Amino acid sequence: MNLSFFDQFMTPHLLGIPLILIATLFPTLLYPHPGNRWIPNRLTTLQLWLLNLITKQLLLPLNKKGHKWALVLTSLMTFLLTINLLGLLPYTFTPTTQLSMNMALAFPLWLATLLTGLRNQPSISLGHLLPEGTPTPLIPALILIETTSLLIRPLALGVRLTANLTAGHLLIQLISTASMALLPIMPAVSLLTTSILLLLTILEVAVAMIQAYVFVLLLSLYLQENI
Amino acid sequence: GPLSERPLMEVRLGELHTWISTCDFSPQGLLGAVQKAWNSYYAKYINVRRGGPAGISMLLAGYCLLSYSWNYQYFRRHRWRKYH
Repeated sequence: MNLSFFDQFMTPHLLGIPLILIATLFPTLLYPHPGNRWIPNRLTTLQLWLLNLITKQLLLPLNKKGHKWALVLTSLMTFLLTINLLGLLPYTFTPTTQLSMNMALAFPLWLATLLTGLRNQPSISLGHLLPEGTPTPLIPALILIETTSLLIRPLALGVRLTANLTAGHLLIQLISTASMALLPIMPAVSLLTTSILLLLTILEVAVAMIQAYVFVLLLSLYLQENI
Repeated sequence: GPLSERPLMEVRLGELHTWISTCDFSPQGLLGAVQKAWNSYYAKYINVRRGGPAGISMLLAGYCLLSYSWNYQYFRRHRWRKYH
């Protein structure tokens, strides 16, 4: 059994000191504080433009009360986006490939949306468990199904992010190993494999951005139902 | 000026060990040194009005090198492994 392919997902250690804190906090270095100038520097301008775009897009379907969640959703989006994209650099560690971290993000936020709904509008929240227009004999079964679907949301959120990123990184490692192993034997096939690797890398960049967006979008959707 | 107050780039090679002995190695001192280093890097390469990709790229390249050094012991013998 070769464990070598999964070694890239091990928490980085240096002489026994876990380095995951540094890997998780490194993205904060890339977002400097704008200070009190109106147009500070190009990096900050770009980031402010991106943040504007993200915030407007995410908060569009939410009502006034949901705007209190703007900071949480936008910072979560930026965090996941940066961590996912940084993980595509060579030899870096991606904290979002760890199920523990994604569940730690997904579960409390989902629970917060659920409890907000149950506290402020309990009958409407419970009413979501039964879609409109269901035939009467199906009602008990459908309520059970909808409850299961509700309770499985945090698991789905966490596992979706983990699985997508882990699978992508693993594929990249497999294909690059294949192309390196084929280079002395059949260079033409190795070239073909390298072109597949290039396409896969472009796909991974897209997946990194899409997965971050999907995570936050689903959370905002769950919030919409409950606020 | 006095040796302890000069920045590292202005310390001559022969005076290096004396300069290190005047350094503050407490946690606050180390944190202050890291913060000073980051602020000078930020002010010189990133916080410019018409910057380019160079400032951030150097940071990311440094991060890649750092991650390489952290994982070195794991892929040291990767080429000679029988099963990958």
